[in-house]
Amino acid sequence: MRKRSLGLILYFVFLLLPIYWLLVMSLKTNQEILGPITFWPENLTFQNYFTIFNDPSWYTGYINSFIYVVMNTAISLTVALPAAYAFSRYRFVGDKHMFFWLLTNRMAPPAVFVLPFFQLYQTFGLFDTHVAVALAHCLFNVPLAVWILEGFMSGVPREIDETAYLDGMGFPRFFFTVFMPLIKAGIGVTAFFCFMFSWVELLMARTLTSVNAKPIAATMTRTVSAAGMDWGLLAAAGVLTIIPGAIVIYFVRNYMAKGFALGRV
Amino acid sequence: MENVPPFLVPLWTWLQGFQAPEALRWMNWTIPTALFFIAIGVMLLVMTLLELVWPTQERKGFWPMPTTRGDRLFIGLLGAAFLHLGWLGITDLPLWWASILALGWFTVEMRYG
Amino acid sequence: MNKTWNNAAWLLVVPVFLLVAFSAIIPLMTVVNYAFLDIFGPGETYWVGTDWFRQVLASDDFQGALVRQLIFSGMVLLIEIPLGITVALAMPAKGWTASLALVLMALPLLIPWNVVGTIWQIYGRGDIGLMGWFVTRVLGLDYNYTADPLAAWITVLVMDVWHWTPLVVLLCYAGLRAIPDAFYQAAAIDGASKWKVFRYIQLPKLRGVLLIAVLLRFMDSFMIYTEPFVVTGGGPGNATTFLSQQLVKQALGQFDLGPAAAYSLVYFLIILLFSFVFYTAMSRIGQAE
Repeated sequence: MRKRSLGLILYFVFLLLPIYWLLVMSLKTNQEILGPITFWPENLTFQNYFTIFNDPSWYTGYINSFIYVVMNTAISLTVALPAAYAFSRYRFVGDKHMFFWLLTNRMAPPAVFVLPFFQLYQTFGLFDTHVAVALAHCLFNVPLAVWILEGFMSGVPREIDETAYLDGMGFPRFFFTVFMPLIKAGIGVTAFFCFMFSWVELLMARTLTSVNAKPIAATMTRTVSAAGMDWGLLAAAGVLTIIPGAIVIYFVRNYMAKGFALGRV
Repeated sequence: MENVPPFLVPLWTWLQGFQAPEALRWMNWTIPTALFFIAIGVMLLVMTLLELVWPTQERKGFWPMPTTRGDRLFIGLLGAAFLHLGWLGITDLPLWWASILALGWFTVEMRYG
Repeated sequence: MNKTWNNAAWLLVVPVFLLVAFSAIIPLMTVVNYAFLDIFGPGETYWVGTDWFRQVLASDDFQGALVRQLIFSGMVLLIEIPLGITVALAMPAKGWTASLALVLMALPLLIPWNVVGTIWQIYGRGDIGLMGWFVTRVLGLDYNYTADPLAAWITVLVMDVWHWTPLVVLLCYAGLRAIPDAFYQAAAIDGASKWKVFRYIQLPKLRGVLLIAVLLRFMDSFMIYTEPFVVTGGGPGNATTFLSQQLVKQALGQFDLGPAAAYSLVYFLIILLFSFVFYTAMSRIGQAE
């Protein structure tokens, strides 16, 4: 038993040290970072964070990311809810093939789509807008949302639907007033996953934007290549991208695994 | 298009009269690829209609899992695609040999898969 | 599981279909069109037949990237799946430690992929990174991931293990919690050893989640782009250039539309094959349960 928890503690050290190191770097001055190694900030400074909060080219990156991520989550949930209901309750022509096709889009590498996306969104005049990134992320988030929601919905007994219909309730009224409250947890987790996968993606977001909708991730990579190495600033920007997820994680911790399992645990 | 067989030239010239709509111009449509996608579309349509008229029964062929008609079509097409790719990767011989091979495979898969 | 047949249910699926089709089918059609053309500019295209496919399949860039990709994905599975199971077995089952462990475990999964790259880029450097410092100064090894291919590989691999093993852990943990206590009690009465309990009770029950873990880890490692892009940029040389990086380099870097499109199609077909195999296996297990 003791050997087991020792191993677990070692694993957590492996897990948390890199994050700790990022946090420490963001609180150091660049002189201290480049000088002899120190294990905690000896001259504690919040200068890196001040720089980010006062420089529009930095903080607009966060705002842009938030805008398209929220848009994507809203779109994904809206279209995925009815579809997941159909998949969990009915059989129809081509249902299994449709489901498989959705899966392939979750599995397809974004790199395959990047080349035509650039032209597609340019043609529709969407290039460098938040909508473009939100729509592009739907490619993998909508299938994901359908999968997770379908898993949660299958856990709701069908008798509930049948009773409601027998009582003369129409589908829309039943869906919004009876069914959706029953799968609240599922909707929450799905929203979290859409939010998360849109938030962590870089390739599409970077390709489809240049100035107006440039995400924080792109701001970070471009700074690395252009301005040389302001390590402290880079680390601070990194820490700020972790915080939103870290807060939300706490609320969904018990359902997380079900989400990752595409709703089938 | 100098490698179009002579008996198809009138059809070919007729097809060339079609223009992609302005909004789709950037996709660089060509006659062969357009025909390819039309064929895929027709296949899906036919499969759907067949399914409505004469629903498929899952059956066990030479694969470890039972397959439906749609599954066999998908496996057949995927296999044909890989046959063509493999041919292109391995030999310099003309591609239509692979097409004949793929056609054979497709028939076997649809019948016994 | 006896669902009713109702073709009207299609109406509920139409929005999803249209939305995903817009982002999936139109681009895919475009890629197919491009793959047979030499494109010099708008309207200036020449039909080249299957030349690009022959070129891509024969090119060292593609073959090298494919081999590296298969080795990488294989190693990722070999390390992360057993490690994930082991850690999940050691996780506390209830109480505040369980909550804390879950939250900490999920942390790496929520970090934007480029930040994961940044973290390891810093962490592995000999001058400013803790790991780099430890390996070069304390262990005295010659470790430099920007110059030495082996070091670069190890860095990228360790990064992936760090980033994604928690996913396997979470899935297995959920699977383990779903086993009723009665099973363990029965095993205790029979005097089964720990190994026997694992082999004959826990492992069979984990089959479903493990399959999903393998599917997700295989597919996601097969499309890895951002993390190695930030850490090594695919280098040194081509040592850590995987399929996606090679493709992006060709498509957006050199703007070789034709060859990049042919490359995309080959890549996509491979993914399609794996997806189908996994999906079939998954639905069979789903039916068996």
